[in-house]
Amino acid sequence: MPPIPNAETHVGSPRSRVDGRAKVTGGARYSAEFTAPDLAHGYVVNSTVAKGRITGIDTAAALAAPGVLAVFTHENRPRTAWFSYKYQDEVAPPGTPFRPLYDDKVVYSGQPVALVVAESFDAARHGASLVRVSYQAEAHETDLTSRMGEAYEPPKKRSGISPPPKPRGDAPGAYADSPVKVSGGYWAAYEHHNPMEPHATTVVWEGGGKLLVHDKNQGVLNAQSYVSSVFGLGKDDVRVVTPFVGGGFGSGLRPQYQLFLAVMAALELRRSVRVVLTRDQMFTHVYRPNTFQTVKLGANPDGTLRSIQHHSVTGTSQFEDYQEVVVNWTGTLYHCDNVELTQKLAKLDTYTPGDMRAPGAPTGLFAAESAMDELAYATGVDPIELRLKNYTEHDENEGKQFSSKELRACYEVGAERFGWSERNPEPRSMREGRELIGWGMASGAWEAQMMKTSARAVLTADGKLEVACATADIGTGTYTILTQIGADAFGLRMEDVTTRLGDTTLPYSPVEGGSWTAASAGTAVQLACEAVREKLFKHAQKASGSPLAGAKLDAVSFAGGRIEVTADPDRFVTIADAMRAGGVDRLEAEETANPSKIDQLRYTGYTHSAIFVEVRVDEELGVVRVTRVVDAVAAGKILNPKTARSQVVGGIVWGIGMALEEETLPDHNLGRFMNHNLAEYHVPVAADVQGIEVIFVDEHDTKVSPIGVKGLGEIGIVGTAAAIANAIYHATGKRIRDMPITIDKVLG
Amino acid sequence: MNRFSYLRAGDVAEAAREAAADPAARVIAGGTNLIDLMKYDVERPSRLIDITRLPGLRAIEETADGGLSIGALASNTEVARHPEVERRYPLLSSTILAGATPQLRNAASTGGNLLQRTRCYYFYDPGTPCNKREPGTGCPAIGGVNRIHAVLGASEHCIATHPSDMCVALAALEAVVRVSGADGERGIPFADFHRLPGDAPERDTNLRQGEIVTAVELPPNSFGQHHTYLKLRDRHSYAFALVSVAAGIEMDGDRIGRVRFALGGVAHKPWRDPEAEALLQGRPASAEGFAAAAEHVLRGAIGHKHNAFKIELARRAIVRALGQAAAGTPQSQTDKRIQ
Ligand SMILES: Cc1cc2nc3c(=O)[nH]c(=O)nc-3n(C[C@H](O)[C@H](O)[C@H](O)COP(=O)(O)OP(=O)(O)OC[C@H]3O[C@@H](n4cnc5c(N)ncnc54)[C@H](O)[C@@H]3O)c2cc1C
Ligand code: SF4
Repeated sequence: MPPIPNAETHVGSPRSRVDGRAKVTGGARYSAEFTAPDLAHGYVVNSTVAKGRITGIDTAAALAAPGVLAVFTHENRPRTAWFSYKYQDEVAPPGTPFRPLYDDKVVYSGQPVALVVAESFDAARHGASLVRVSYQAEAHETDLTSRMGEAYEPPKKRSGISPPPKPRGDAPGAYADSPVKVSGGYWAAYEHHNPMEPHATTVVWEGGGKLLVHDKNQGVLNAQSYVSSVFGLGKDDVRVVTPFVGGGFGSGLRPQYQLFLAVMAALELRRSVRVVLTRDQMFTHVYRPNTFQTVKLGANPDGTLRSIQHHSVTGTSQFEDYQEVVVNWTGTLYHCDNVELTQKLAKLDTYTPGDMRAPGAPTGLFAAESAMDELAYATGVDPIELRLKNYTEHDENEGKQFSSKELRACYEVGAERFGWSERNPEPRSMREGRELIGWGMASGAWEAQMMKTSARAVLTADGKLEVACATADIGTGTYTILTQIGADAFGLRMEDVTTRLGDTTLPYSPVEGGSWTAASAGTAVQLACEAVREKLFKHAQKASGSPLAGAKLDAVSFAGGRIEVTADPDRFVTIADAMRAGGVDRLEAEETANPSKIDQLRYTGYTHSAIFVEVRVDEELGVVRVTRVVDAVAAGKILNPKTARSQVVGGIVWGIGMALEEETLPDHNLGRFMNHNLAEYHVPVAADVQGIEVIFVDEHDTKVSPIGVKGLGEIGIVGTAAAIANAIYHATGKRIRDMPITIDKVLG
Repeated sequence: MNRFSYLRAGDVAEAAREAAADPAARVIAGGTNLIDLMKYDVERPSRLIDITRLPGLRAIEETADGGLSIGALASNTEVARHPEVERRYPLLSSTILAGATPQLRNAASTGGNLLQRTRCYYFYDPGTPCNKREPGTGCPAIGGVNRIHAVLGASEHCIATHPSDMCVALAALEAVVRVSGADGERGIPFADFHRLPGDAPERDTNLRQGEIVTAVELPPNSFGQHHTYLKLRDRHSYAFALVSVAAGIEMDGDRIGRVRFALGGVAHKPWRDPEAEALLQGRPASAEGFAAAAEHVLRGAIGHKHNAFKIELARRAIVRALGQAAAGTPQSQTDKRIQ
């Protein structure tokens, strides 16, 4: 049953972040900022070869350096769990997780091979510079192009990731028969997440074998179970508290190696230890994989799709089969009877790639939506018209209905706002001064999911509410929306509500990812508040001569510290009086939100977008400017237009980076990423970003989640790169299928 | 990072003496480059000689011949925003403002900008070989990742570039670097200050052991509005140049009088080619003429796997920049549209 919300004052209205002040004044503490009187500091030493064996580690000079307490290597590390499955975390892909300092084997360049622990950070860093590691290097391969022939379909599917559907019809046959054909091969570069906050863990040694762990992650419970499983500790002995996360983007979904190293050192030294990764070490773990795709579309002269073939090969490590959804989008977005989608992996001597904002979707749609644009030109059908022609009202991959799909409205509203009808479709037809102007568009889709999540609400007689859930706010605004939901449930001011997150002692939540947190934690908070409301209402009715006697819960409202009859607000009981009548001074409830099994069987949920981009290209010099973006998004109910807009804008900016700038450069001779700093790894700066307009299209959907929310963290990035590539084609007549589209490619 | 001792020098003589006495000592000014390199373990100085309190090195003042002298400790921002620089050497202002960020420019010094080291990825990563960092270990950029590397004047030992923007203007303006060392003071023409890598890529400049840069002197010039700094890079701000061109022209009616131009991002030093400049002298300002000059500059260019595009890009950038300078429409450093 969908919950019955109270009147909405805050929900649906723009509200500033409740944690904004703490963040800009330094009051918000991040994992590397917690401290303890006995704190020691760890600094990591990383491997310089990509594959081979460590033949020796000389730690004498480091151990002799002032302040150095210990150097941990595979030779002297304490015993940890033997079975590799013990290292598997909640979101691990199939395989054998990387185990830091496990043995003498080097499986990727940058792998941690030693931890130097010292009295100060500087002493540890100095000590680390004195550690001498020798290797017996072996031949490695980090180049996806040379492993293409050995690509394979992962034998074991990653849980939570839909594998490509079985082929429908006869795609190759229908392609051969199609009067209009387009086909192309597309590259997407390696990208590293680079949140502003580097990965860091502070382990506070509490005595009696108890650890208080502050770890940068997107799920404290995942970190806790990893630590307890790997080190054989009781969950009661490991509390993970991460109230703030300085950006995650997926890099904090899985425990990263600094967590292991800090806990190991703390247990061994029996004191508090902090390990912070440097910016260059942020390039020694998770990243968005390098992907090659081919797309073939066959169509009738009027643009009706007859065949879709979309294949991808993604790099993964030697030890895990990382999987993300790259190709399915094409089959979900369009109606077509002959569809063949495959996804393969190729093993490389690298660390395992991982989820990065909308994993797989911007990559897959870059290829698919570039191909659709090409088809628009091949058939002479307007790109929006083409998409409408092939529009589907149900998810043909899954054979299910969409819980809702306002993509048609997104095209319409977005096109109107952008002024799409003014577009001369002819490439190179629009110009101002030396610059060619290009207008391009693309569709976006991202899964709208809800996950089992619990929350607690505590209302006290003074009219203050606390809501709590173990989930993380990775910068998306979770604190704020949960506060809004809590405040509205009781008609309180935002200031009267405190939201607590990121602590393993709080009610259960899965990792914060997949854009499911607002729907899941939001529903859980709503349910917990409702349970408290019911209790409060019962007490209110018990008050002697209660003006609410005989009233029904759905006929009263909670506002201004009272419970009042909606139709006759003069009949009310205050929160304080209700509590007094019940003989309590606080009311508490914990509730669990579960996705509806029936709805999940019948419907698939997606967030959609239509994104429109204007670029200006100085063709002679290869310089591209993104001068205008309009993104129309259908994401169900928008809890907070202000934080929601920030999410989408952030995603679009990243999409600009993905399309034009972002790329980790591997040296295949060394098997190593080379531009591992933010001077040479380019993300957009203010000068790269001009007008961005976000429009939320109305969409009503209570099947996707009881509170009607679909989630917004990822949709912004999804279609952006494709729309930019299409705009560049429109401007220049050049179809560039290799991201990022840097100066050399525009010239080439 | 290694352990080092620290000395706050009292005067230039002391700083030069101490620097000369210990080849592993390093002078520190703004620290925006040196400290980074120390954190990466690329620079491992035995001693830091802090020159930031040295008296008299911050001044920007007239010289006897009508030029301008810029003290080595003047910050990049102070130089770029100095009224005399803005009025008489807008090209210098423009190049400085095209570089880094306001925060970095506030901290960075003039001397440090000259002596900043290459941004070659390998140079920055002690986990890899690099002839510049550790002579004799090889140059993995050749045959490796070399998108940002040199196409002119490189050697089989090193293909690194000098990353400065400001220095590209100083080359075009024919500045003189004033230095002070154990053997006294001397002036080094800008073209001779930085070196090509040859077989000693560990040496970026022709400074002698222990010499301190005290000032940069600009000769008087009359480019007026006929100048430009065109910087092409991987994003619109806060990125080093892939290719840049600083140009100044003394127009003689619609003919070119004296012309100076230099390239950044393409060589181990700001690249000037007096022969190419001579080709333009006395000619009408025309795209064909500029193209011929560009052709001449790039005649010996050698591309590698990822940077070969720089040759064509440089050719086009020279033509565009000379066009901007001739027209008296210098490239704006805030409006990213290229004229
Ligand atoms: C992220 C980033 C982006 C940047 N982007 C750009 C850019 O786009 N364009 C650009 O041009 N620059 C850029 N820079 C570089 C910046 O301009 C230099 O770091 C700065 O100019 C160095 O000056 P400093 O005073 O800080 O030098 P320091 O770091 O103090 O010193 C650098 C070197 O110069 C030596 N030195 C300093 N002063 C003297 C002296 N008087 N005599 C002898 N030796 C001396 C030092 O020993 C040291 O070897 C960037 C830097 C960073 C960190
Ligand atoms: S180009 Fe020069 S700095 Fe770069 S790796 Fe080669 S030798 Fe080192």
